[in-house]
Amino acid sequence: MHDHSHDTTAATALAAPEAREIAPYTGDASIAMPYLLRIADSALILSHRLSEWAGHGPVLEEDIALANIALDLLGQARLLYPVVSAIEGQGRNEDDLAYWRTEEAFLNFTVCELPNSGVASAGATTPDYAFTIVRNALYSQFALLRWEALTQSSYSELAAIAAKAVKETRYHLRHAQDWLVRFGDGTEQSHAYAQAALDSVVPYCNEFFHTDAIDLAAAQAGLGVRADSLHASWLEHMQAMVTQATLQWPAASKLRTTGTLGAHSEHMGFLLAEMQSLARQHPGATW
Amino acid sequence: MNTDLVNADRVAPAPNDLETVRAMLSHIPDPEIPAVSLVDLGILREVRVDERDPLQLVVVLTPTYSGCPATDMIRQQVRQALQASGFPNARIELQLAPAWTTDWITPEGREKLRAYGIAPPSGSSALHDTSSQVIRLSPKPASDGPVCPRCASPRVEQLSAYGSTPCKSLYRCMSCREPFDYFKPY
Repeated sequence: MHDHSHDTTAATALAAPEAREIAPYTGDASIAMPYLLRIADSALILSHRLSEWAGHGPVLEEDIALANIALDLLGQARLLYPVVSAIEGQGRNEDDLAYWRTEEAFLNFTVCELPNSGVASAGATTPDYAFTIVRNALYSQFALLRWEALTQSSYSELAAIAAKAVKETRYHLRHAQDWLVRFGDGTEQSHAYAQAALDSVVPYCNEFFHTDAIDLAAAQAGLGVRADSLHASWLEHMQAMVTQATLQWPAASKLRTTGTLGAHSEHMGFLLAEMQSLARQHPGATW
Repeated sequence: MNTDLVNADRVAPAPNDLETVRAMLSHIPDPEIPAVSLVDLGILREVRVDERDPLQLVVVLTPTYSGCPATDMIRQQVRQALQASGFPNARIELQLAPAWTTDWITPEGREKLRAYGIAPPSGSSALHDTSSQVIRLSPKPASDGPVCPRCASPRVEQLSAYGSTPCKSLYRCMSCREPFDYFKPY
């Protein structure tokens, strides 16, 4: 072995941070940034909602399951934020993006920010596990289809993240599906909870498939996929799952939510206040 | 930065340095499952010389689950080990593609997991991917699920889809009645 010990000081100063090398994006940054932020923010915000179950799960195994799913989603967001940052070129790190943006700068689907107590009855504050399971099923099925499509992205960085996320999301979906069937095909009470959750969440899923100029340009550039192209497959899978669970697929709704445009529900401000407060009280804190 | 000054003290890694580093890193245990090493798990992908800079030693790691908290810990341990063994300016690269898979866990790693009480992932990860077409070159095994790491019984049932770490789920053996962790195919 060579003796490198004499240059420790110089080398420590030189040692590159252990970061992954992010392949440069050669397309239009003004399209790629919001396109990727929508994906990353949805993962982060849903992760935060799921993390609220920690210590409050209906049984220990489910407490652990949701913490693990939250962790996977957080990981997906953490893989994407440095990519967004590299494309933006302003030197913002993942903490800047997660903790120092304001509500209108977040581009997640509105459904991800809805409180765990659900939206079926106004003012409810008790967490509703059926609502969490139904949301996870609907979101995971969409996310799985999108991640599968994104493994073919012409941008290698996104394709690589998608290849990892596909495996995780498939497992999240299986977990949600198991419970959805158990609830729907369970007792009268669990069936009623699951049906109410389904009726209230499905309309919010319209936003998954709203294809705007950013989606079109991202698909055109080979970066992304047209969200509306995933609708038929999503619907088919979800309806099969819901039938298996002996539940009814709700009638079509025209609800149009706008989280991906930065216009959020009344719940988002409270979520961010809690998620960001520590970082804002102690800027730059590490532990 | 004056690159001449920087390079003045640097020495090109010798071929046996790569072996030394690989051997040294193969002793680093996984922080969550200390029975197996980074090499056993297939997390250490490569130790090589940078193709653009012959003086630069590069250690390539791949993360397992996207959110696995052990990833940061592993990087720190590798950094410390490199520093302690005289390679303080080695570069650590995190490589995402190809995505890590449990298929990369070595036969030795699988045996160590079993001895530790964790059932190793069964079959190939593709067998668990319903969207993929798998061409089988060998007869289909009786079971694609785990077997009990204690008594080798295939009579097992899942208790929970998730376990104490992202990579595991919880099972119990119907033969010897013991619960055990199963390393999920990924």
